[in-house]
Amino acid sequence: MSTASVAQVETKWWTGGKSPFNVEYGKLMMWYFLMSDAFTFGAFLISYGTIRFSQNYWPDPNEVFNAFPFAGHANLPLAFVSLMTFILIVSSVTMVLAVHAGHHNDRKGVIKWMIWTIVGGAAFLGCQAWEWTHLITGDHAVLLNGKLEHIGTTVSRNPWGAAMPGMMHDGHPVSTTGPVAFGGYFFGITGFHGFHVFSGVIINIIMLIMTMNGTFDRRGHYLMIEKAGLYWHFVDLVWVFVFLCFYLI
Amino acid sequence: MSTEITQQAHAATIQTDVHGHHEGDHGHHHEESFISKYVFSQDHKMIAKQFLITGMIWGIIGGLFSVLFRLQLGYPDMSFPFLEDMFGKWAAGGRISNEFYYSLVTMHGTILVFFVLTAGLSGTFANFLIPLQVGARDMASPFLNMLSYWFFFLASCIMFASLFLQTGPASGGWTIYPPLSALGQASEGSKLGMDFWLISMAMFIVSSLLGGLNYITTILNMRTKGMSMTRMPLTIWAIFFTAVLGVLSFPVLLSGAILLLFDRNLGTSFYLSEIVVKGEILPNEGGSAILFQHLFWFLGHPEVYIILMPALGMVSEILSVNSRKPIFGYLAMVGSLFAIAILAFLVWAHHMFVTGLNPFLGAFFVLLTLLIAVPSAIKVFNWLTTIWRGNLRFTPAMLFAIGFVSLFISGGLTGIFLGNSTLDIHLHDTYFVVAHFHIVMGVASMFGMFAGVYHWYPKMYGRYMNNTLAYIHFWVSLAGAYLIFWPMHYFGLAGMPRRYTDWSNWQSFNMFTDANRVISTVAMVVFAVQLLFIFNFFYSIWKGRKVTTQNPWGANTLEWTAPIRPGHGNWPGEIPEVHRWAYDYGKDGREFVSQVEPVSDSESKH
Ligand code: HEM
Ligand SMILES: [Cu+2]
Repeated sequence: MSTASVAQVETKWWTGGKSPFNVEYGKLMMWYFLMSDAFTFGAFLISYGTIRFSQNYWPDPNEVFNAFPFAGHANLPLAFVSLMTFILIVSSVTMVLAVHAGHHNDRKGVIKWMIWTIVGGAAFLGCQAWEWTHLITGDHAVLLNGKLEHIGTTVSRNPWGAAMPGMMHDGHPVSTTGPVAFGGYFFGITGFHGFHVFSGVIINIIMLIMTMNGTFDRRGHYLMIEKAGLYWHFVDLVWVFVFLCFYLI
Repeated sequence: MSTEITQQAHAATIQTDVHGHHEGDHGHHHEESFISKYVFSQDHKMIAKQFLITGMIWGIIGGLFSVLFRLQLGYPDMSFPFLEDMFGKWAAGGRISNEFYYSLVTMHGTILVFFVLTAGLSGTFANFLIPLQVGARDMASPFLNMLSYWFFFLASCIMFASLFLQTGPASGGWTIYPPLSALGQASEGSKLGMDFWLISMAMFIVSSLLGGLNYITTILNMRTKGMSMTRMPLTIWAIFFTAVLGVLSFPVLLSGAILLLFDRNLGTSFYLSEIVVKGEILPNEGGSAILFQHLFWFLGHPEVYIILMPALGMVSEILSVNSRKPIFGYLAMVGSLFAIAILAFLVWAHHMFVTGLNPFLGAFFVLLTLLIAVPSAIKVFNWLTTIWRGNLRFTPAMLFAIGFVSLFISGGLTGIFLGNSTLDIHLHDTYFVVAHFHIVMGVASMFGMFAGVYHWYPKMYGRYMNNTLAYIHFWVSLAGAYLIFWPMHYFGLAGMPRRYTDWSNWQSFNMFTDANRVISTVAMVVFAVQLLFIFNFFYSIWKGRKVTTQNPWGANTLEWTAPIRPGHGNWPGEIPEVHRWAYDYGKDGREFVSQVEPVSDSESKH
């Protein structure tokens, strides 16, 4: 008690009148927001984990995610998602370069790298749209209630069950239906992540316009680009976990 | 060495950055329009009042609902034709229908827990007190702060609209457990009302997030010179931990709510598995209803502390000011708040002891739950020692603060019963739980809120509230709270379950018929007295006795160094510098020493 009141508390950063972390408030806010958002994703992923491990059977990602645009029926496990991941990581790199250019008040550089980041984000979203469409519309032969049916992957149907030994149809093996939780969590979580990427692209576009209008030059700093960058890296980091949980494990 | 210098230079630029625009704002006088002053205001003080008044409106609605369902519980064999006049088919024959009863309890819980005691309480006092007590012109981001209120307003509109749906509002209890809440065919309230509930809560979570981020950053970044963390008043510490809890637990409810929305509208099976409703076999499989309970209570338990902690902080401040004594054990108070905040994340499964939770796991949750009693007891001990032999001034705020301590003790003790998983097998979902949480959370936090309103009213409106009405308000509320909730402990011990419209079929509970009648009658009286408070509040805004001195309570904290009616920016000149903690009362023969007074050489140490 006594130390708190009378004795001089000479901690350098915490005595008030300045930011203890030496950061501007908006950045601090962004950090706390990201922590909060991490809890949202954490809750989703943990829910996914508990449900997945309560099932007897879970589809093999190498079979589900083996298609590539324009590659026909070639079996290319995880090739496309690797490309998506690569695109997103590259867009993080271009974001770093944009922030770096911002530190040097280099407007041209910021504009250039922001454009590339936006292109990367948009490309990722495009890939995701293709992947979703492919999953939803790609029929597979399954044995449902004793009948042979062709179904795609949706939030309430899953054709990726265990194979029926010895049953073939049109040269493809026939399987039972798989756990519906697969589609629910896959579309739910990648959708929520995609929504984040989408918001990030919008934010980046706004940042780009503000840069082109010279707003940040007038302010004398490019802190806003840094904050957008924090968000973008976070979205990228979350993808790494999503990638791990849905495609690798 | 050189890095140090650049660091400081950097800090200086940031400093101007942070305060810059407000300072600029402040220099010249500018006219504000009605809209920018009262509606889309970015002044934290006005936003606080918006939260408070919206919360009060919700308080009346939520309170009225409890009066309605108490009519049913207290007088199950009577018919009230006026109910049918007002509510039509929901109260056919003057009796509250089962559906209506469930809607009323659900909305009562939702409104009081989220809209009154979270938004109304945190929103009001975090906004009002943070900048004034840490010495800042406004919140870190006044704009986001304004958005925070308007998201709350939006959430309010959606929830309010749900009351008027043809199928009624949500009715699965404030905890909205699936499968009931997930299946429209299972009950009227699980139809559109439930979607409204979920969307409204999503907006509410956005509001609470925007608010919380602002509170945290303002407290960390915007303290005035000399206001080190350990010189902050306990109100600010409490609000800080509240905000941290909110920022980290509400997002988990958001996840849970989103999955529930999907189950309801997109045919997913996150929470659903092998269900038959009215003879129809549902296709859903593989989900888990328990999963929802985990997600809900991971928020739900921190939420009860989000409700309580601002009250803990305000009560500490008010007890100290009105005892004219330093708070006893300042650092222990901060430490116990911290301990409570940590533990709040580690005990959620005590709400799930009887859902089939592995008893081995339950044992850990029992241990962690009972640990909360330690910091709680420290706080109670310190409050009692603070007022012990103090020079007590029984202002209305002080009375409510003392009432709070009493309620916190009573309700905390029953928590220890419930925290034992074996006892909880008997007590779970009985009136014992209802009694426990109403006393410790509901009424206690209400008392904290009233204490805060009475104490800071002079700062908010430059006038006092009427004392006579306030004393009536206090004594009737205190007596009423115990009369209503004390008997419920016995109901619960006897096994009387909660969430039933009518117990007349149980012979064994007929012995409580009279007690129930008394409870219902008292509840109406207590409700009427709250209206008295509301009247007092609004009447005093225009007609109350005027505050004539800057520091009417003789308090040390910074808000009392600002003008009686501070403008946007709070202090006309420089923001005052702080030289000491907030609790130098009765020191060296002086009644109080403001935080802005430099420490003199002759001053005694503590
Ligand atoms: C020593 C401290 C406490 C302990 C050990 C404790 C323990 C518990 C337990 C085990 C339950 C679950 C009972 C059941 O459903 O069977 C419960 C319910 C509850 N407690 Fe506490 N509690 C404590 C303090 C508090 C405080 C301080 C608050 C609020 C500020 C609070 C609010 C609630 C609420 C709202 C419920 C019921 C929620 C519901 O089912 O609708 N408790 N408490
Ligand atoms: Cu709890």
